[in-house]
Amino acid sequence: MGLELSTTRLEDAAKWAKQSKLARVPEWGRKFSLFTYPFVTACCGMEFMSVAAPKYDIARFGAEFPRFSPRQSDLLMIVGTITEKQGPALKRVYDQMAEPKWVIAFGVCASTGGFYQNYHAMPGADQVIPVDVYIPGCPPRPEQVLDALMMLMDRIQDGRGHSQLRLKRDQMIASAQSDDGQ
Amino acid sequence: MSQKVLAALTAAFPDAVVRTGSAHDDETAWIKREELLAVATWLRDDPAMAFDAPVFCTCIDWIDWRPVGRPVSEHWSETKPRFTVCYQLRSVAHKHRIRLEVELPEHDPRLPSLADVWPAFNWQERETFDMYGIRFDGHPDLRRIYLYEEFVGYPLRKDYPKEKRQPLVRRDDLPVNPLKAPHARHESDNK
Repeated sequence: MGLELSTTRLEDAAKWAKQSKLARVPEWGRKFSLFTYPFVTACCGMEFMSVAAPKYDIARFGAEFPRFSPRQSDLLMIVGTITEKQGPALKRVYDQMAEPKWVIAFGVCASTGGFYQNYHAMPGADQVIPVDVYIPGCPPRPEQVLDALMMLMDRIQDGRGHSQLRLKRDQMIASAQSDDGQ
Repeated sequence: MSQKVLAALTAAFPDAVVRTGSAHDDETAWIKREELLAVATWLRDDPAMAFDAPVFCTCIDWIDWRPVGRPVSEHWSETKPRFTVCYQLRSVAHKHRIRLEVELPEHDPRLPSLADVWPAFNWQERETFDMYGIRFDGHPDLRRIYLYEEFVGYPLRKDYPKEKRQPLVRRDDLPVNPLKAPHARHESDNK
């Protein structure tokens, strides 16, 4: 498997080098070294453990290393139901993560609130922070999680993550303002 | 199963027991709220009772007797009790159990706290206060336990709107549908 993987990554690198998008080399590196912050609140955590365990082995995609400090991570996995009371904590964790950062909503509760449509459950974590990839399922199969991770990797490579787009927008605004100043 | 407990309780406090009932081996005594503290203390301290294990404390909202939005009618009046607070007790020593129920009117949902009799009821009564707004007089620390201080209303009351949310934070870049705005006030807020 190690050989396959290195071949895959070399092919991937060759593909992007062939398109001569050298400015996107950092993105190519980032997508294979996602450091996960597992924000695990509910039963989806079991599936998250399954994904991380050797059978499904999220390490194949370079995202195997959960960091329990938001300052050392760039992928926020919201695994489980988010209550309204947790909203400020979730927003704070997201704000503490270093740029650029990405968010995966793991399961229907984190995506839409799921079957909790009541006073205490937040109707999706995207009410508080921007979410890049939503995974349906209650809980999702590990294959769905890996699929979502690959979608997120493509998005990172293309520079279409929420935080990447926000950085670009901020840079454009800043440069426009500096032009105005001159 | 615990009929002898009911009989002893009725004999000891003939004025405090409104009525008794028994269903599915669960004996229940409806107690006047003025006498609740005395009854509970006696149930704990009397050697023949020795209720040493408080099981749970919760509340029932009987709002079905008054349909939401309908005016006061002969089916419902101010004096008809809306809430029933339940205390389930158990005796490990004597292997018997009993449930105390206290009926409370809607406009005055308060009763004496049993947190001093059984400390395990401390958090249970806080939860009952949190979800139903029952005031427990003499409770050492009657604050919300699950919900946040900013929450308005009591969500497990039957007239709380089913999907009404009270968010603490929201992204400021989301479009807001004014009809579904989370901050839209509801009639029941004024209670």
